[in-house]
Amino acid sequence: MRLPWAPAANEKDRREMLRRIGIDDVMELYKDVPRKIVLEKPPGIGFGRQLSEWELRRIVDSMLRKNKVYTDPPPFLGGGVCFHTIPAVVDAIVSRNEFYTAYTPYQPEINQGLLQAFFEYQSLMADLLEMDVANVSMYDWSTAAAEAILAAMRVTKRRKVVVAGNIHPERMEVIKTWLLGKDVNIQLVGFDRETGRVDLEQLENIVDNNTAAVYVEVPNFFGVIEDGVDAIAEVAHKRKALFIVGVDPLSLGIVRPPGSYGADIVVGDAQPLGLGLNYGGPYLGIFATRWDRKLVRQMPGRLIGLTKTIDGKEYGFTMILQTREQHIRREKATSNITSNEALMAVAAAAYMVLLGGSGLRELARSIWLRSHYAAKRLAEFEGVESPLFGGEFFKEFVVKFPKPYHTVHRMLLEKGILGGLPLADKPPLMDDCSALFCVTEAHSMKDIDRLVEAIGEAL
Amino acid sequence: MIPGARSGWRQARWSEPLVYELGSPDNSGFIRPYSDEDAELERVLGATPEEKLGRMLRDRVPEIPGLSEIEVVRHFTRLSQMSYGVDVGPVPLGSCTMKYNPKISEDIARDPRIRYLHPYQDPDTVQGLLEMLYLLERWLAELTGMDRCSLQTPAGAAGELAGALMIRKYFMDRGEDRDEMLIPDSAHGTNPASAAMAGFKVVRIPTSENGTVDMEALDAALSERTAGIMLTNPNTLGIFEDQILEIADKLHSIGALLYYDGANLNGIMGIVRPGDMGFDIIHLNLHKTFGAPHGGGGPGAGVVCARGELVDYLPRPLIAKKGDRYYWDYECEKCIGRIRMFYGNIAPLVKAFIYIAMLGGEGLREAAIQSVINTNYFIALMGGVDGYELPYDPERPRKHELVLSAKPLKQETGVTAEDIAKALLDRGLHAPTIYFPLIVDEALMIEFTESEPRRQIEEYAVALQEIAREARRNPSALKQLPKNTSIGRLDNVYANHPRSVTPTFRVLRRRLQGEQLSL
Repeated sequence: MRLPWAPAANEKDRREMLRRIGIDDVMELYKDVPRKIVLEKPPGIGFGRQLSEWELRRIVDSMLRKNKVYTDPPPFLGGGVCFHTIPAVVDAIVSRNEFYTAYTPYQPEINQGLLQAFFEYQSLMADLLEMDVANVSMYDWSTAAAEAILAAMRVTKRRKVVVAGNIHPERMEVIKTWLLGKDVNIQLVGFDRETGRVDLEQLENIVDNNTAAVYVEVPNFFGVIEDGVDAIAEVAHKRKALFIVGVDPLSLGIVRPPGSYGADIVVGDAQPLGLGLNYGGPYLGIFATRWDRKLVRQMPGRLIGLTKTIDGKEYGFTMILQTREQHIRREKATSNITSNEALMAVAAAAYMVLLGGSGLRELARSIWLRSHYAAKRLAEFEGVESPLFGGEFFKEFVVKFPKPYHTVHRMLLEKGILGGLPLADKPPLMDDCSALFCVTEAHSMKDIDRLVEAIGEAL
Repeated sequence: MIPGARSGWRQARWSEPLVYELGSPDNSGFIRPYSDEDAELERVLGATPEEKLGRMLRDRVPEIPGLSEIEVVRHFTRLSQMSYGVDVGPVPLGSCTMKYNPKISEDIARDPRIRYLHPYQDPDTVQGLLEMLYLLERWLAELTGMDRCSLQTPAGAAGELAGALMIRKYFMDRGEDRDEMLIPDSAHGTNPASAAMAGFKVVRIPTSENGTVDMEALDAALSERTAGIMLTNPNTLGIFEDQILEIADKLHSIGALLYYDGANLNGIMGIVRPGDMGFDIIHLNLHKTFGAPHGGGGPGAGVVCARGELVDYLPRPLIAKKGDRYYWDYECEKCIGRIRMFYGNIAPLVKAFIYIAMLGGEGLREAAIQSVINTNYFIALMGGVDGYELPYDPERPRKHELVLSAKPLKQETGVTAEDIAKALLDRGLHAPTIYFPLIVDEALMIEFTESEPRRQIEEYAVALQEIAREARRNPSALKQLPKNTSIGRLDNVYANHPRSVTPTFRVLRRRLQGEQLSL
């Protein structure tokens, strides 16, 4: 058979190559595989035969037609990821095949461009967070949070972790899974039902001298910005625990960066910085620390650094501090992570410099205005609490309806509107009348008015 | 070009400044949507974020330089020209399976009907994508002889962590206190690292003279503390563990489990299945074996699959079908929970679907065979070349990859595996994986995959022969290479020294402002 992606698979080449190898039958190359487990025929997978591109396109098209894409209006669905606009230039850059078909740059001299792009991502992210060191990515926010907690346990040699109860429930699940093999005590802190913020008093009572880390998200699952971050940092640091903060990097256009209030480790997801929704991935896990020997040495993942040529004449970039990593340190490594989301880091770097600091500020501001406008308009309806929580919010907010939300949601879908995330089965709220809405730069006032009108009809 | 009249290869060499030198935070190349509405919004709200955020307001604009669109494009285009992927030339990094990434996959993965889907969209509105993922899951299970796969894990190492945690939870549920994981000394570094993250003690099993697991050492290591073994087969020497059925029997007879590291599946797919070898849990690297690109380090997709009662322990949710409807099955009585948020790295999963759909079962098998022919053809071309040797039973055919040792050349000339790697770069050829596996001195681990044309494989063999000749003639010159790449050989000591290590521009800026920053 002809294999489009295996150029030597023609009969003539094959015959000559086998002759050079010194065999007649290719199966002689598999003579050491126990006979009884060698498959008699190829597995019956795929569509039963080879497909041409055109045939494949038609099959895929017939499948994708069953998906419903919401762009008019864009989704109002929240839950940790939201619909953001992606400048075409970002796609153009990550479509450069020198980037996307490259491997991890083990050989720096031939991949300087890729390494510089990674270094720039690390630098731009560090400046956005006001942290000193950022790695070139974790899988997503949730695994970054889990790895941050593991790092904190190594740094402090302690076995108790205090987690804010208002974080994203799926992140909570991921943290629990990753800590399954460790002897660790995870304690949750409740939140204030009025503001949606962490209960500071409870936090202070739970954090003790055995606490490795305090983990808080800003904004939290409800979109609410914790304003007690200075106090939380103080509580953690008084007990010599590390303060880990999870952030939406786009919010930092207007919200105080975690580096300014004493965060030791910052995690988050850079999906808002130019990445597609992609039905949940790939995204871009952020991991950053302060300049601290222990923190940096216990960091998981790949780090790129500045260096010189051996003749000292030029500056260049290379992978650094690799003795932390699995390929050298094996079971003593800081993490097993190898493949990460590097290409997404290039996308985020391109996005950040396209906007610049001022552009990021204006964009974050605009998102604040739009989400507040939506919340305010929804509050016009009798019996609707919008936003449910009094704490200042960014981008996402909880709305409580006078009736079960799923009926509202279904009516919105019928009108072609993808509404908020039902919170009936979502800890920490578990309320069937509430939903988490998200409004971004993609939504015009008219889009928001359409949502409000449709909800009015559904109530 | 005129045949025979070749000039040397040179990589692009732009003197490209850092973005910080190109722009300032006041600049922006971005026009935000509906910007004309902002003033109206402020009026309607009667408030601004500056007033409302109070002490949580950022007091200054982020120190992110802004560039116009043309500047962004030029900057990153130049950087891309100083980069090297499979589309530029061969990247025969052993165990990395750097095969060609079909363009149609890139095209389809960017379809808005995939890209614009929100993970929390109602399942009824994403039936097409779910069908694709369902078929992919069924195909991967069939290809590997497993019962079910979880698509959640975003990379091979995450699959390994999931697998190790599954083993841990399985024994916890049975009330068995097994804390040892057996791992051959030829294994990928991720195996011991993953086992340790799951709380296991790693027991190292040596490799025998013929390049496979030392059975006597294995027998000696087995005990009631043994939870399992993590194996890759073919192993990192490219050798098939021909005693795999015996190994499986030994482990299973004492109640322990077998984990399969799927990084080396490429040479055997469609010919023999991990499930039939006796493995209980496996992971697959879809970004290697199934043609999704590596992205300079990711995103990947590291699907984890299981057999029998281990299926209950797979990370949730699993893709499932009832009648004509596809859905996510969250039922999790024994499962380890979630390894990450949502369902997995969808884009590479879609690319793997396309790869398998277009090749079909027979095509996959042919691709595996071609990759093994390429490996052994290269070995034949290197036969009798002074300076290199093929350690561990040179008569045995290798599978997806081979490991050469440059120890003879080093002893003779002082030229190391690293020097050889740099000399290859100097010729426009990406180097192999070097110094791995750890059991081979001066290791050059080479994997061409099925994608390399015959001529390219021959060129690579000739290059290695010429480098050996050059090493004898002028070894010190080799130590100065590469010269034709975008930059010359880099200083690793400076890069990692506590006083000069510089992971961000922020650290550089602080040093330039006079701070003494040491790590």
